[in-house]
Amino acid sequence: MSIEFETPKPIAQIQFVLKTVAENMMRSQSRAFDENEHEIPYSYIEFMHNAMRSIGGGSLAPKEEKPAKEGDEKKEKRPPIGYQNLAAQIEMLSWGDVGFYLITPGGGLGAAAVQSAGSAEQRAKFLARFSEEKPTFAAMAMTEAGAGSDTSAIRTRAVLDEATQEWVINGEKIFVTGGDKSFKEYEQFGKGFVVVWASIDPTAGRAGMRAFVVESGTKGVTIAKLEHKLGIRASDTATIALVDARVPYDNILGSPTVEKTTTGFKGAMATFDMTRPLVAASGIGVARAAVEYVKEQLAEQGVQIRYGLPRQKMTAIERDVIEMEIQLRSAWLLVLKAVWMADNKKPNALESSMSKVKAGDVVTKITQKAVEIMGPLGYSREFLLEKWFRDAKITDIYEGTGQINRLVVARQILGYSGKELR
Amino acid sequence: MYSFEPSEEQQMLMDAVGKYAQNDLRAAAHDAEESRELPKKLISKGWEIGLLQASIPEAYGGFGDRSAVTGALAMEEFAFGDLAGTLAVMTPSLFATPILLAGSEEQKQEYLPKIIEGDWAPYTAALIEYAYDFDPNDLRTTAKADGGDYILSGEKAFVPFAKDAEAILVYANLDGKTQGFIVPKDAAGLSVSDEREKLMSLNALPLYRVKLDSVKVSADNRLGDASGHDFELILASLRIASASAAVGVAKASFEYSMNYAKERDVFGVKVAQKQAIAFMLAEMATEIESIRLLIWEAAWKLDAGKEDAAKDAYLAVTGAADMVMMVTDRGVQILGGHGYIREHPVEMWLRNGRGFAMLTGLAIV
Repeated sequence: MSIEFETPKPIAQIQFVLKTVAENMMRSQSRAFDENEHEIPYSYIEFMHNAMRSIGGGSLAPKEEKPAKEGDEKKEKRPPIGYQNLAAQIEMLSWGDVGFYLITPGGGLGAAAVQSAGSAEQRAKFLARFSEEKPTFAAMAMTEAGAGSDTSAIRTRAVLDEATQEWVINGEKIFVTGGDKSFKEYEQFGKGFVVVWASIDPTAGRAGMRAFVVESGTKGVTIAKLEHKLGIRASDTATIALVDARVPYDNILGSPTVEKTTTGFKGAMATFDMTRPLVAASGIGVARAAVEYVKEQLAEQGVQIRYGLPRQKMTAIERDVIEMEIQLRSAWLLVLKAVWMADNKKPNALESSMSKVKAGDVVTKITQKAVEIMGPLGYSREFLLEKWFRDAKITDIYEGTGQINRLVVARQILGYSGKELR
Repeated sequence: MYSFEPSEEQQMLMDAVGKYAQNDLRAAAHDAEESRELPKKLISKGWEIGLLQASIPEAYGGFGDRSAVTGALAMEEFAFGDLAGTLAVMTPSLFATPILLAGSEEQKQEYLPKIIEGDWAPYTAALIEYAYDFDPNDLRTTAKADGGDYILSGEKAFVPFAKDAEAILVYANLDGKTQGFIVPKDAAGLSVSDEREKLMSLNALPLYRVKLDSVKVSADNRLGDASGHDFELILASLRIASASAAVGVAKASFEYSMNYAKERDVFGVKVAQKQAIAFMLAEMATEIESIRLLIWEAAWKLDAGKEDAAKDAYLAVTGAADMVMMVTDRGVQILGGHGYIREHPVEMWLRNGRGFAMLTGLAIV
């Protein structure tokens, strides 16, 4: 091992391909789907689905490593780069359009939950669908009206019906990203699912929390509302109501019995360690789009950014642009470290949350500053910069707000439990 | 490939430097700062770790190859102990490393073995000048060709150990380009201030003003061959060193204030249990780590000979100067009134921290 920053070839190649996709399939439609919230860009979804299938998958998520076969020893063993690759792809797609990226077909957070908390049989059963003929979606439903980052306040209940051996779930989930496409039956899409977090024992607090795979079309489940948002409008954000929704016994992820530990909930938290740097990567893609746009526009006006000057000699705009570049790159490197750790099976709770703290901060500030620098060009809906400003803001909110992630980082560095640092 | 793990060799060097920084430099830092004196023994001990020696090939008396990444890692550890001590130990590098990077074969043969084979000896360099808009690429000190010689004129600030220096590498403006010139201690027209310079920090480091009053040096003393050298690589290496030292100082302040916050009682809990303080610490840790990676990447690019390495080194040191200011300021803030008292080191680190925006030129890796 040694410290290295050479982009691995497979990552460079996929970035190259996705840049073309971003330019031709995303940027060109960005404005239209921002102005027409809740319309679905089928052309992008179809294209991405077919593209991913043709390279042997139906999802952006890293493939499981195949066990080594006999005779394989001679081949040089390359270190795994699945999450690094994924972060790079997400960054590039979000550079194209983060709303579109969020509706890239595949398992998304729902599949990630199955992946990290499900058994081998469950993974086989629930994840195969994403590489089938039609684009298919999955979502994760955690947040409730009274429970955001404080997930222990979740009120949704799952009760086992001993007679039928089914789980009966009651509750209401909000802010389900992609909930509509994952649950509602569309002719154009395959049968998806939503992973719903519910308590099987309210007296047990977090230890009683479990995730359930709720298949598309399950009776008693309805899309109660689609949110109208500040940004990421191409991506649906759904409210899902569950009224006596019946789910097969085997759809529970993790143990059906409650011990006095928090193992069930740790599944969700482990998922966050994987997904937080990916959310950060997405925000960074948006911010990079903004920085590049600013630099292009300035160059067109004959304004050059002179690198290497002492601050005292810089113009205000040079200071701003250079600051943007420093922040953008250092945030990206935190993401890269967090996913590199994930690939190498190193515990990354600290780095994962750090990357989210930093990205949430810098992409918000960068896009704010970019609009300011560009003046009317930045504020006009004729151009995309104002949209990126609105899109970027979600980075500091979803998958744990900046504040929650600060709390995670603080507990990690201080060695404090949730009790010691509330 | 991406990788964030130092090699075994690098880790061993980091451990050795870290041990010295912690046990020796840190232990001596307070008294050194107050008395304006660094014990000779302390410097020798640091020198014996062999950071510079390990970056110079065997052909010139060393035992390794220079790597900016290794240098950056070592500087972090070093400066975690004490900045003034670090800069003192590494002063000969200010002279030797540019020769290694850009010197002619004769210059390497002449200077490198004698600098690194013996005890620590005061060879130094003069880059910084007294000007609010000091710019290493636009120096006020000039070099003019004069037959086969060069005439150097101007004034340099903050030159470490100039009083005792065997030779000084002086950077000057030659036709708009920054070029290095080796000036021997007895050169006519070279004068070093009697008084040491007094800065906001670095009291323990002997820094001097150096005047060059039409100092004549031969063409052989121009760094590089007859056509000189590229200053970009040297400047980038200066910037990486400065940025890495900033990380070390920031880490020192972060760690100290965090430990303090975990001990300090307030309203029945430790003050670190208050989100107002805990969030400050979380942000400090995040900033240190992200800028640290920015420096690593720039250093790696420098080693790999990437085109944009110099630009990245500039971004890294610019980011590091802001980061260390933010972190060391909070270090004082977290200790409250105690942070303002010189018994605790955080106020010194704050004074160190402010310096990084203007101290590129005092260390090189």
